[in-house]
Amino acid sequence: MSIWEYANPVKFMRLSGRVLPWVAIGAAICIASGLVWGFLTPPDYKQGATVKIIFLHVPAAMMAINIWAMMLVASLIWLIRRHHVSALAAKAAAPVGAVMTLIALITGAIWGQPMWGTWWEWDPRLTSVLILFLFYLGYIALWSAIDDADTAADLTGWLCIVGSIFAFLSRYAVLFWNQGLHQGASLSLAPGERMSAVYRYPLYLSMLGFGLLFLALVLVRTRTEIRRRRLAALIAREVRA
Amino acid sequence: MSLLSVQDLAVARGGIRAVEGVTFAVSQGEALILRGPNGVGKTTLLRTLAGLQPPVAGTIEAEPDAIAYAAHADGLKGALSVAENLRFWARIFGRDKIDASLSAMNLTDLAERPAAHLSAGQKRRLGLARLLVTGRKVWALDEPTVSLDTASVGLFASSLRAHLAQGGAAIIATHIDLGLPEARMLDLSDLRAQPGRAARPAGFNEAFA
Amino acid sequence: MIALFARDIRLATRAGGGFGLGLGFFLILCTLVPFGVGPSGATLALIAPGILWVGALLACLLSLDRIFALDHEDGSLDLLATAPIPLEGVVVIKAAAHWITTGLPLVVAAPIFGLLLHLPAIAMPWLVAALLIGTPALSLLGAFGAALTVGLRRGGLLLSLLVLPLYIPTLLFGAEVVRRGMVDAAPLTPLAFLGAITLLSCALVPFAGAAVLRVNLR
Repeated sequence: MSIWEYANPVKFMRLSGRVLPWVAIGAAICIASGLVWGFLTPPDYKQGATVKIIFLHVPAAMMAINIWAMMLVASLIWLIRRHHVSALAAKAAAPVGAVMTLIALITGAIWGQPMWGTWWEWDPRLTSVLILFLFYLGYIALWSAIDDADTAADLTGWLCIVGSIFAFLSRYAVLFWNQGLHQGASLSLAPGERMSAVYRYPLYLSMLGFGLLFLALVLVRTRTEIRRRRLAALIAREVRA
Repeated sequence: MSLLSVQDLAVARGGIRAVEGVTFAVSQGEALILRGPNGVGKTTLLRTLAGLQPPVAGTIEAEPDAIAYAAHADGLKGALSVAENLRFWARIFGRDKIDASLSAMNLTDLAERPAAHLSAGQKRRLGLARLLVTGRKVWALDEPTVSLDTASVGLFASSLRAHLAQGGAAIIATHIDLGLPEARMLDLSDLRAQPGRAARPAGFNEAFA
Repeated sequence: MIALFARDIRLATRAGGGFGLGLGFFLILCTLVPFGVGPSGATLALIAPGILWVGALLACLLSLDRIFALDHEDGSLDLLATAPIPLEGVVVIKAAAHWITTGLPLVVAAPIFGLLLHLPAIAMPWLVAALLIGTPALSLLGAFGAALTVGLRRGGLLLSLLVLPLYIPTLLFGAEVVRRGMVDAAPLTPLAFLGAITLLSCALVPFAGAAVLRVNLR
């Protein structure tokens, strides 16, 4: 029994159908409690009540990057091992990632207005998230432009690989271009830079919730994609017969 | 000795196997004619033989760079003259003599004319002259006689016969009689793929059927 | 391979080949910008590096879809894929021919457009150097995008959506070279990065482009 067994559509459908409700419930509980707990935290001595947006902003920004990484892994699995579910999972993840990127950008702008006095700043971190959003758009557009599923899966897989390299390059190129206003990573292992535990624990809970939410959404969307492929396959067989 | 041998080949179109269990071999001087109704998979089979798409199953054995492929589109540039078009393909295939091919397809008088001004039949003849300059042993031809008049079909048949006589071979998908009584026939309608007994799916449409 | 290169150059320079279209576009862009931002030389000089680089990007983008689409339509691409030259080589040659017919004229004409936009003379050599080193990356990445969209009927708009994000690092370093060249502040550093991106594209695009072409041909 290897992990690749779950790349079989039938097994994937059976397993995902069983875990999906639990993942969804877990996501709802974690996000709801994380946000409520986060809302009840005391105002920061410097940032005031605006700090509370991090319970949305940080998890969304984290997911924006990690979803792209997941798509890259899924694309590689598809291109190397030809597991069809993997290609569909990458396709299913892309719009979720794009929305997460958008949430990160919008919440960032809402927070930036009172803090930096501007809705948008060409800061390296903001800029690289915007660039990532452009890559998501291109990826989604390429999937929807191609009728043939096999061709689309291969082409988007290659786009994801080349796009990852250039998104990574852009990430460091913008550092060269503008030093920026944004604070460093919110969660750091270096002592002294750590966020107070008051904020940290609800943030962890919210991040876990976003992770589970992503898992639930990807499972739902992958299941939809599988059903859609099955329908297309039945129609193709009907036409051929 | 066989120039091309195919064992238990299956080819797919649109993620579904079209034909399977195709087995044949062509030796020097042999021609094989593919038959079957529209959509059975003749073009797909020829493209697979030419290496443009991977087979779903089975093996294709041939010397490297043995197969010359010619399809509905002739790969001509309207802005270039007939001779320029042909010389380009000759150089791509590492050769430089084009005069014999021009005269074989009765194009010598048109050599300096831009390809854009050729009629459909003349274009087709130029496309077939391209086969001659490749110098390859096995021709894989997809409907080579489309838009040719009777005289040109005769011209094509004679150069095909000359190719076979020189130790070449040909696999041709066609509906008309080329006047090659010695050519073997392979009817693909008997080899239509049966749904749902593949060890490995050919594409999404089979993986999820 | 030389035959393919010669043919592509010849096709581009013959009637209907579109040679010089990019240059004309570049000229129009550099004429329109002063109408938009006003005739002040100081303002123009300030934005000149960016305008020149964005102009080069867009001029390059205009002709990208011709790299493979025409050969795909008339069947040449199928025949090239069965020819004894590797498809990776076809991608490189096609990108090189695109650069010679689109990128190189821009490099040569860039000082004139720089003059139109009041770019200081001290920055001119840096502009030419940056374009010379950076535009091959534009052609190569463009060839990858063109290979991705070759089978699509209306691929042009999609092509720009796919390719422009890939151009970001090139644009960023290229314009930075010129900006630093204007004030003589170590423009060699971004120039080295620009060269690195071009070399990376040289290493990556032939294989990715050929893989994508094979998918589109089957």
